[in-house]
Amino acid sequence: MANEEIIKSLEAKLAGAVYNIISPRERRIFAETTVQKLVEVTRLLKEWGMINVGAVTGMDGGDKFEVMYHFNDARGLLLNLKVFIPREDPKVPSVVSIFPGAFLYEYELMDLLGIKVEGTPPGRRYPLPDSWPEGQYPLRKDWKGLATETEVKIDE
Amino acid sequence: MSEIKIPIGPQHPALKEPESFSLTLEGERIIDAEVKLGYNHRGIEKACESRNYIQDIYLIERICGICSHSHSTCFVQAVEEIAGVEISARAQFIRTIVAELERIHSHLLWLGVAGHEVGFDTLFMYAWRDREAVLDILALISGNRVNYGINTLGGVRRDIDKEQSRKILEIIKQLTERTEYYIKVATNEPTFSGRLSGVGKLSTEKAKELGAVGPTARASSIERDVRRDDPYGAYAQIPFKVITDNHADVLGRTIVRVFELLESYKMLKYLVQNMPEGALTVKVPRRIPAGEAISRYEAPRGEDIHYVRANGTEMPERVKVRAPTLANLAAIREMLRGGFLADFPIVIAAIDPCFSCTDRAIQLVKDNGAETVDWRQLRDYSIDWHKKRGIDLSRI
Repeated sequence: MANEEIIKSLEAKLAGAVYNIISPRERRIFAETTVQKLVEVTRLLKEWGMINVGAVTGMDGGDKFEVMYHFNDARGLLLNLKVFIPREDPKVPSVVSIFPGAFLYEYELMDLLGIKVEGTPPGRRYPLPDSWPEGQYPLRKDWKGLATETEVKIDE
Repeated sequence: MSEIKIPIGPQHPALKEPESFSLTLEGERIIDAEVKLGYNHRGIEKACESRNYIQDIYLIERICGICSHSHSTCFVQAVEEIAGVEISARAQFIRTIVAELERIHSHLLWLGVAGHEVGFDTLFMYAWRDREAVLDILALISGNRVNYGINTLGGVRRDIDKEQSRKILEIIKQLTERTEYYIKVATNEPTFSGRLSGVGKLSTEKAKELGAVGPTARASSIERDVRRDDPYGAYAQIPFKVITDNHADVLGRTIVRVFELLESYKMLKYLVQNMPEGALTVKVPRRIPAGEAISRYEAPRGEDIHYVRANGTEMPERVKVRAPTLANLAAIREMLRGGFLADFPIVIAAIDPCFSCTDRAIQLVKDNGAETVDWRQLRDYSIDWHKKRGIDLSRI
């Protein structure tokens, strides 16, 4: 399918739930949605032909955080869905009920950016150690490292 | 029978790389497995944000000791896409040649480890002997056995000349014969296939659901390969088959990798014989314009994803790396459940988790001959260093 056709088919499927759809090159689509519609959009994308979440990227954009879900289909298309959330209350719903393989990427958001992922299955934290101090989120732009006297133990 | 929980790792003789597992056993059966990741987390994504693009290539190349070229290619592809740079066909071919050589050395290494894990040490020694030949070629092309430093923004740093091409073809011929022989041995040896079949089962549905990638997914009949589905480098031009298998166990993963070796030999032959002329690099500005790109690469272990966001300065705003092993680890629990404790090492090894193989010195010769350090000198230096600190290792 040519790119325009893919975008048309996507717009038809999601009818207004996603916006700013752009395709910078073949097999790449970037789109945005709102955090309220994220789970519904993810479910529709699975129906539309996406087979898994390849990765989830979290970004610190100052007063807003940006979370980007990279969806794969079986033929090489990569759809990147963005949501923006406020820094004071960073929360996204979990998409694990739709794509069970995504839980590790959601753990990463929680550990490295301090974004709450509501409804993600419980499990050992990833990737930081269990004794990592509270409130330290390394991928936030204002994070400059732990104080030198902080003790972080290796996990058992 | 009562349940018992045992921790394995991060440092454990049964693991070839450090990672922490916790197994719940009932007798010899594994009834549940938990993985605690992060022991090797080094904060490379954060570190990339405070270095320029060129420095980042070298940093990213060191994410993994085995698929170093995979990560650096994946990263430069994303940056080149943002900068709107088209690299020459020759540079694409050289990147792809190194990529396939890397896949061969990685798969041979894996084959050896798999042989070792099931007690077939002859296979381990044969496979690793052959892998040496590939590493010698890589050292000849790039000057390094791992972390080749071939990629730069806008192309490659070294050319491949006629003599090197001849050597590559020579080695491929040898390796093809040997690999075919191993296939014969492995398929006619009932203890080997018997040990592997039915171990670490991963159904097609589960593999899809959990997002498995690379040979792990292809051994569960999922026909996905970035080289064909989302071609990069020279892959759009070279004929090759995507190998799949329906065993959905460790045997299937072995079959996929061994036949991928044969495919890689054919691809390399084609690449070397059809290499176009052209410049090695094109100019890329130091400041990359604001933008974003996501790049994919079929590493030996599966799909590698790099997302890069540029902000118009010399340093990236965000670099995100999703290495293939992370995608496969979600499926590990599924593979271990219901199996035997004794199968644990080979099941873990079968997804081919990354570990570093960098601790070996080669002879370093600078262009002007100013400094040469060979293995013996390095050894003597080390003995001397310890002696000064009161430890005598000279008789070991």
